[in-house]
Amino acid sequence: MLSPNFIIALRFLTAKRRAMAMSLSCIVLGVGLFIVTQATTSGFEDYFIKTILGTNGAIRVEDKIQRTMRSIAAGRWGSLFEIEEKDGPKYIEGIDNPKQLIRGLRQFPNVSGISEVLTGSVAIRSSFKSDSAKAYGIHVVDHLKVSDLGSQIVDGSLADFRSMPAGALIGRELANRLQLAVGDSFELIYGGESHRYHVAAIYETGVSDIDRVRVYLHMSQARALLKKVNGASFLQIGLKDKDRAPEDAEHMQTVLQYRVRAWQDREKTWLGVFKALRISSAITVSVFTLIAGLAMFNTLAMIVMEKTKEIAILRSMGYTQKDISHIFLWQAGIVLAIGATLGVLVGATITFAVSRVPLNITGIFKTTTFIVSWSIWHYVAAVVTAVVMVMVASLVPARRAARLEPGDVIRGTGQ
Amino acid sequence: MSGVANVRAQALRCEGLQRYLGQDEARVHVLRGVSFEAERGQVYAIVGPSGCGKSTLLYLLGLLDKPDGGEIAIDGRPMSAIGDEERTAARCRHIGFVFQFHFLMPEFTALENVMMPMRKLGRLTPAQMVDRARSLLASVGLEEKTRRLATQLSGGEQQRVAVARALANEPTIILADEPTGNLDVRNSNLVFDLLTRLAKENGQAVVLVTHNPDIAKACDHVRPMRDGLFVS
Repeated sequence: MLSPNFIIALRFLTAKRRAMAMSLSCIVLGVGLFIVTQATTSGFEDYFIKTILGTNGAIRVEDKIQRTMRSIAAGRWGSLFEIEEKDGPKYIEGIDNPKQLIRGLRQFPNVSGISEVLTGSVAIRSSFKSDSAKAYGIHVVDHLKVSDLGSQIVDGSLADFRSMPAGALIGRELANRLQLAVGDSFELIYGGESHRYHVAAIYETGVSDIDRVRVYLHMSQARALLKKVNGASFLQIGLKDKDRAPEDAEHMQTVLQYRVRAWQDREKTWLGVFKALRISSAITVSVFTLIAGLAMFNTLAMIVMEKTKEIAILRSMGYTQKDISHIFLWQAGIVLAIGATLGVLVGATITFAVSRVPLNITGIFKTTTFIVSWSIWHYVAAVVTAVVMVMVASLVPARRAARLEPGDVIRGTGQ
Repeated sequence: MSGVANVRAQALRCEGLQRYLGQDEARVHVLRGVSFEAERGQVYAIVGPSGCGKSTLLYLLGLLDKPDGGEIAIDGRPMSAIGDEERTAARCRHIGFVFQFHFLMPEFTALENVMMPMRKLGRLTPAQMVDRARSLLASVGLEEKTRRLATQLSGGEQQRVAVARALANEPTIILADEPTGNLDVRNSNLVFDLLTRLAKENGQAVVLVTHNPDIAKACDHVRPMRDGLFVS
């Protein structure tokens, strides 16, 4: 059986249909737009994270840390005594014994893959023009475990790269600049020596900084080109749980004494921008929910003023102050429930429609449509925001209604 | 033995009721130590000029207002010192109100208006509530109009619904503030007859405030008031 308070609330709602419709539309708009803005800003942020994990990996082990000591004189000028104290750490570029380090890194349970990478700045020359580039020596099987290189191939194939000892993977922007196509040959020049390679495939990450400079070579070819028979420039690490990267990186740095950087640390500038955008859009859109709260306050306050006699008669029949308060909170709750449900549906529909909108972006990632993120938490956050604002705004008129003295109202002196 | 019977018959008693209304210079001593008793099955008329304190007394007796001094007892139980929750519960169980301006809930039908006190008390099942409300509306001659909204009823019909509603929870006392004050003579007599007949049948005390001398004359007891006190 429905509670009498709920039944009365339901009927009172019909007393101010237009005002309630206004509150309802504000709630629908507030919830819906909150979901859409969160879905789009989070969508781009998630896609950016996916791109950086697919290119530079979750963690990079880069340079060796060398603890240094320094001596200072114990006394004033000419002192014979010196005290040794710790100086700041120094980084020694590169990894001198990658195999040993890889063995150590495999002990970390969250590690899903490790790729040894050797890099060096080179000059690149095609039959069309010369440019600068960066050679990346990789073991392709290992590197596929820590990147999305396999899915980033836009022309040619990885199988060709694997089967061609002098094959190379070249970024799309660089290929366009040098007018290189799959099967063409080009030269890489380092230390005055030139080596010839063939384009096995062209990749595109969508990140301009990568696509216009990186040339992936087999590790043996890179060692020959860069004249490094052993060692590596860095280790790229894939993780099972990417969100644990900062903790893992800190632990690895302490244990291995190498500089270890998590993706959150490497990309903190862009991540900060995305976070600021997400928060600012949430605040902006919450204004609608705030208006919904104010509209609800206004509507309920009007109903309280118009229904003073009904409130008094309910009190005379035995309805308590709590009952009266509940009748008004129920009204807000009913409108809120309808508004939040419609808002969620509107938000999901608009989010779906937005995801179909064509939009070409390259630079920090590549996309041809608006990117949205489907997360239950956007819906939860939108509904919670609406619940808090509307219910807080409803408390004042509800309490005011509850405090009306029935005797005063019936006598005509109460308001 | 007769003392016990008297306590049982006594539905309402108040002693030395004091009430001030307004504040500061506008403060008025409305009730100056009023004492009153009402027995079951009896109809009491409180009469007197406007502003003498009749309605204020009625609202105090109905626990809608708090006295500044004195004692009220319903069914022998003191009510002056109890909190709002208990006073509200006592109103629900023991008191039925009929007001001059009907005060029906306009969004509800006649049947729903009568069921409203029963829903709050929760003593009956929904089906029993509907049956009782129908029977009460039939007893006030409105069995054909149970589904009409309050706004679709005439003034006399609305007041009859209000009488049925006042009787809904079988209260000990019916308090009526000028119940016929807004009705024509025919409806006025009809409502008064209904109120007194049903209350007597059910053994309820009726206390009504009226300006109508014919209505007052038809009551079992008439208590004239002047300047916040009963006279004679």
